[in-house]
Amino acid sequence: MAIVEAIRPTTDALMKTSAPKKPANLGQILRWLLLFAGGIAMIMPIAYMISTSLKWPHEVYNVNLIPREPTLENYTYVLEDGRFYMWFWNSIIIATITTVSNIFFDSLVGYTLCKFRFPGRYIIFIAILSTLMIPTEMLVIPWYLMSQQFGWLDTHWGIMFPGLMTAFGTFLMKQFFETVPDDFIEAARIDGLNELQIWWTVAMPLVKPALAALAIFVFLGNWTAFIWPLIVTNSTEMYTLPVGLSTFGDEADVAWELIMTGAAISTIPTLVVFLIFQRYIIQGVVMAGLKG
Amino acid sequence: MANVALRNLGKTFDKTTVLHDISLEVADGEFVVLVGPSGCGKSTTLRIIAGLEEATTGEVEIAGRVVNNLEPKERNIAMVFQNYAIYPHMSVRKNIGFGLRTSALSKPDRIKRLEEVAALLDMTDLLDRKPAQLSGGQRQRVAIGRAMVRDPAVFLFDEPLSNLDAQLRTQMRLEIKKLHQRVGNTIIFVTHDQVEAMTMADRIVILKDGVIQQVGTPSEVYHKPANTFVAGFIGAPSMNMMAATATSQGIRLFNGPTVALVQSDLTVGQPVTLGVRPDDLMVGTGQVLAEGQVVVQEPLGAETLIYVSVDGTEVIAKASGRTPPAVGETVRLGAATENLHLFDAATGAALR
Ligand SMILES: Nc1ncnc2c1ncn2[C@@H]1O[C@H](COP(=O)(O)OP(=O)(O)OP(=O)(O)O)[C@@H](O)[C@H]1O
Ligand SMILES: [Mg+2]
Repeated sequence: MAIVEAIRPTTDALMKTSAPKKPANLGQILRWLLLFAGGIAMIMPIAYMISTSLKWPHEVYNVNLIPREPTLENYTYVLEDGRFYMWFWNSIIIATITTVSNIFFDSLVGYTLCKFRFPGRYIIFIAILSTLMIPTEMLVIPWYLMSQQFGWLDTHWGIMFPGLMTAFGTFLMKQFFETVPDDFIEAARIDGLNELQIWWTVAMPLVKPALAALAIFVFLGNWTAFIWPLIVTNSTEMYTLPVGLSTFGDEADVAWELIMTGAAISTIPTLVVFLIFQRYIIQGVVMAGLKG
Repeated sequence: MANVALRNLGKTFDKTTVLHDISLEVADGEFVVLVGPSGCGKSTTLRIIAGLEEATTGEVEIAGRVVNNLEPKERNIAMVFQNYAIYPHMSVRKNIGFGLRTSALSKPDRIKRLEEVAALLDMTDLLDRKPAQLSGGQRQRVAIGRAMVRDPAVFLFDEPLSNLDAQLRTQMRLEIKKLHQRVGNTIIFVTHDQVEAMTMADRIVILKDGVIQQVGTPSEVYHKPANTFVAGFIGAPSMNMMAATATSQGIRLFNGPTVALVQSDLTVGQPVTLGVRPDDLMVGTGQVLAEGQVVVQEPLGAETLIYVSVDGTEVIAKASGRTPPAVGETVRLGAATENLHLFDAATGAALR
């Protein structure tokens, strides 16, 4: 839901750029101040992450943002530690497969619920939506018991099966398919495409912005997932990056500088994913603007 | 042979019946226009022919075979939608070529066919553009191109011109008509605009509330409307309707003169409706029908329409463009006997 709303205002923002400039008034200054405060609040943790990753262990609990003696020692350590690559790879596999799976299944189910009339359609939709109200914490135990029975503990499959399809993604896609006019689908039907072809060649390209948003959302969610991967994995080789990073250090002391270094490196794929898909979001906004 | 036949077609949504017993024969190569007010069931009829909607009762026959149980793609039809339904993410070339995806043509033949159609529609230079870079008229041509490229037995058009401005609409009207003369496929065209119907159709089908009111050539439905609904719907401005009673001398208008119009099958005292088109109603000629004050003048150039208040109702008549009667002037309106229409007051059915 947040994303549906988050994308739409951007269209308005784009349209408004042509409005004539007015001198700033008090309200506007207030708004800028608020945005500025928000911006600082967003940037500070990232700044501290990078700053800490450049510090020596003895300086970690010093709150200064600029390290007194900056060092790349932590990066060398983390990158030379074989475990980091293992975890990184696990996270890449899991986040990628889950993203592809969500794009495929969420949109397929969303499309069906949106464009086909069949008995029980509304009830199915409500049932899917209602699962959004169940917190993950409540599901973790049944998931664990299930994984145990099926022998999925400590496997990639075990880590990703709960997230291969999401109620939120299905809902998001259903809402976006509402914006695809039925005429497009009927025209394709007359032109002789079967239903799967219509979904893939006609409907999917028209909701690219939503797919991009969903991809970013699912990838980030799985890339940063912590609780479930922590519970379902036992061996170091199966850890995902966030789980693995948390084990840096020993019983006596948490090695914050190493954790922050790992975290800093691990933001790179999320940036890449965002940069790739953001293009489609903007494209979609531009396309919507030109329509009609 | 690509005739279309509808036999006793009925359609019920949930509990409301929107089509009643529609029967219609469309000959091969004929251009038939379905016309009627909003919600009368035009689109529903077209969608049943296309196979996008299932008929509740009755049969649809295309090219001599009953197609009720066939998918849209198996019916050999093409449809052009009101809002074009051309895909914004594909170029004009892809959009037009889309109709060929499932055809049996070889690749070079497909390209040839696509170029033929593009040339026919004067779109060769636009093939690599995206729909967003086209004007409304050009988009509509792409939609028509996509329909044409498969050379279907029957074209179905659902109000394809209603999103265009008046001038473009007139132009596209002509283009579609010319296209029909060139390619000769059967066309069923839906519109709510009677001018479109009159100018394009070989035959017009007038629908109201899911019931066919009349089927006929433009001239037939204009000159011999089957009932008051058709009389009022076809022709602009609408036909004047006046309440009257049959007498032994003719038709006596309510509070007015008696018109010497002897109709053998009328019983004396029968309430009737006398209809006369504004075009046929003129100042001081023919049978006098009404007398009243001019309330409004509407100059159209060569002629002027005058609105005359007769017993509290307004009657529209035609006057000369140069010397129309002034507002406030009292005029006598008359028409030639052969231009009078007579309807049963109760049923609205034509009596002559
Ligand atoms: N899917 C549907 N479910 C229920 N009723 C429908 C459905 N489609 C159409 N109707 C009803 O059927 C009637 C005829 O609709 P239709 O779309 O055929 O009208 P139309 O003549 O094409 O009108 P317009 O000129 O406004 O397009 C309308 O009263 C409409 O409300
Ligand atoms: Mg319609």
